[in-house]
Amino acid sequence: MAILFARSRNLVSILRQNLGLSTILTRRDFSPRPFVFTASQLYSTAFVGPVSSHRHESTAAEIHPGFVQQSDEEDVQELEFPGGKIGYTSEMKFIPESSSRRIPCYRVLNEDGQIIPDSVFIPVSEKLAVRMYEQMATLQVMDHIFYEAQRQGRISFYLTSVGEEAINIASAAALSPDDVVLPQYREPGVLLWRGFTLEEFANQCFGNRADYGKGRQMPIHYGSNRHNYFTISSPIATQLPQAAGVGYSLKMEKKNACAVTFIGDGGTSEGDFHAGLNFAAVMEAPVVFICRNNGWAISTHISEQFRSDGIVVKGQAYGIRSIRVDGNDALAVYSAVRSAREMAVTEQRPVLIEAMTYRVGHHSTSDDSTKYREADEIQYWKMSRNPVNRFRKWVEDNGWWSEDDESKLRSNTRKQLLQAIQAAEKWEKQPLTELFNDVYDVKPKNLEEQEIGLKELVEKQPQDYPPGFHV
Amino acid sequence: MWGIMRQRAVDGGLAASSLRRTRSALVSARSYAAGSKEMTVRDALNSAIDEEMSADPKVFVMGEEVGQYQGAYKITKGLLEKYGPERVYDTPITEAGFTGIGVGAAYAGLKPVVEFMTFNFSMQAIDHIINSAAKSNYMSAGQINVPIVFRGPNGAAAGVGAQHSQCYAAWYASVPGLKVLAPYSAEDARGLLKAAIRDPDPVVFLENELLYGESFPISEEALDSSFCLPIGKAKIEREGKDVTIVTFSKMVGFALKAAEKLAEEGISAEVINLRSIRPLDRATINASVRKTSRLVTVEEGFPQHGVCAEICASVVEESFSYLDAPVERIAGADVPMPYAANLERLALPQVEDIVRAAKRACYRSK
Repeated sequence: MAILFARSRNLVSILRQNLGLSTILTRRDFSPRPFVFTASQLYSTAFVGPVSSHRHESTAAEIHPGFVQQSDEEDVQELEFPGGKIGYTSEMKFIPESSSRRIPCYRVLNEDGQIIPDSVFIPVSEKLAVRMYEQMATLQVMDHIFYEAQRQGRISFYLTSVGEEAINIASAAALSPDDVVLPQYREPGVLLWRGFTLEEFANQCFGNRADYGKGRQMPIHYGSNRHNYFTISSPIATQLPQAAGVGYSLKMEKKNACAVTFIGDGGTSEGDFHAGLNFAAVMEAPVVFICRNNGWAISTHISEQFRSDGIVVKGQAYGIRSIRVDGNDALAVYSAVRSAREMAVTEQRPVLIEAMTYRVGHHSTSDDSTKYREADEIQYWKMSRNPVNRFRKWVEDNGWWSEDDESKLRSNTRKQLLQAIQAAEKWEKQPLTELFNDVYDVKPKNLEEQEIGLKELVEKQPQDYPPGFHV
Repeated sequence: MWGIMRQRAVDGGLAASSLRRTRSALVSARSYAAGSKEMTVRDALNSAIDEEMSADPKVFVMGEEVGQYQGAYKITKGLLEKYGPERVYDTPITEAGFTGIGVGAAYAGLKPVVEFMTFNFSMQAIDHIINSAAKSNYMSAGQINVPIVFRGPNGAAAGVGAQHSQCYAAWYASVPGLKVLAPYSAEDARGLLKAAIRDPDPVVFLENELLYGESFPISEEALDSSFCLPIGKAKIEREGKDVTIVTFSKMVGFALKAAEKLAEEGISAEVINLRSIRPLDRATINASVRKTSRLVTVEEGFPQHGVCAEICASVVEESFSYLDAPVERIAGADVPMPYAANLERLALPQVEDIVRAAKRACYRSK
């Protein structure tokens, strides 16, 4: 900590000159101001240093002639405490519970799909932009059709990402395929981007013989080693400390990759959120934490979830660089995630992104959100704040997409999905042997015996088992 | 601590001298090498972790106080100096946090050895142990394996009260996907911990605080760095023909003591050290009961749904016609562990309880 403070003296003068930011490092004025970082010059110069950990440097106070030091900046007197020097004041001032101004969110496209003048963003080529749009539209169609399939009773459960297509696709587009993704459950678009086919999604939802999950999991619990996308796990926020562990592993192996993990606004209330972020910061692990703040955790509105200014302000509490971004702006999400990823890997540090958005769909097929929110509110976000339409306008204005392309894409995707579902439904289910595999690396004796016993039973009493049931 | 050790010596408890008496009588029944080198359980565990870390750079240790403090019970002594802070990681105080991180690291290919200061604190992390580790291989259809070891002291210590004394063997051993081991001797500690670290599945390794300081003879073979014990195999610590006593961890010592006392009264007891709670070595247990026709099972933990219940069920299911007497279960009292020394003693099985149970099974007492 002592070393960080020494560096920050230079940083403070840079900040004062260039950006006029006040800091809480050396000034006695404790009124909080937004502490906004830009993905630019500051951190590439000021904070580059050895990648090694500071953990084992002594936290003992440095030896000084007296315990009260005069700093060489202003006339601020400082005290030594474990953890470093702290200036003191005789004015009793509480840090207010909230800032007078909320942290602004980073945005590049306006609602009409036009680039806001003087925006800072990473340019996106035509090829990339068209692919991003196609995938966003595909995700929309996929969600719609699988949802309907559940309503028809063909699959038992489904969870849509309606309204969050920009977060899903733009974040995936900004990552490298070696980056390890630990999702929550509303990020199938990331897997879609990485190459999981509509047929593979359908097979997982139907738990059939072709499902890579071997029918072990309920629908939408996809996972794929090949695509560096961890199998979705239902307990909320467990993926956050796991991501810190994955990041630590990547760091130890010196890989050019980071861990990327997603969480919703509700999930940040879990204890694992605290542990995951705190640890990633202490371990200096390359992790990008992306929080999809979509306003609702099933029926719990964010006003009942926390009293802070969203999630972005929590980053600093853990010593983590953070940014708030308009989650429905695909270009902004792309730039933010791309920059965060670079920072995480080159500087070996965690980064937090809060993507503001709205959950247009119900929490899942087990939910009817009209019971706890206004239908008008849902309609507003669906029609006027739709991320897919917004990005489409930009792509079309550039001359990269047409009405014709649109109708072709939608009808082809729809057809492909309907075929995938029909095929997946017809595929036989997993054989009985898969009941006993993978509990352990090597099947233990007791399971071998149980498998033999069950096979014999099915053969002896076929009338007790459904027709077509096979071992 | 010393006061309690002295008291135990008076009670005929685990004082080293009485243990050595037991040992010399049994050397012939065991497979120890002739020259008796001794090693404490603590050193056995330390050397096992050291050797596995040396052999495989993916193995690393994490937990509270494992590094600079040299380990809350000194099990990880010297490892920080040898392997550095990246491989011996002092964690902040969040079991849920560091267990999740360990599981994440295992997902990505490292081999963490996660220490819980006691398994009582593992309850704060149990979701990660069960839902993130134990079930992952199955739920991901073999795509995600978790080569992690969760280790630490389990069960009662001495005078630490209810929240520091529970035995978790039954809880973890009921979960498919986990392997649960419980060493007794120094040889068990070395062989089983090495096997656990090398195993690709999640392993819960239940040590015992009061055994850490116990010395046991150890063979040359067990001292070799490639030494490893098979998971799922129980050990017959003492052969006998009249009654089978099955137990694990500290209670093995008590059972051996009880066997000595029973021998004086003409009852030849066979003592089985489970070593592995999951998978349970039903074959060895049943073979023994088919030989002796009587079963006494012992554990420190709570009686309902305990390890003993599973052993009794297994024997009744598989060897019913061989039994000459009802099966006997000796377990801890069905109360949270009290603190006062006299009450604590009453809440745990003692040698006399095992002797009485064996005699009941032999119809020699009520």
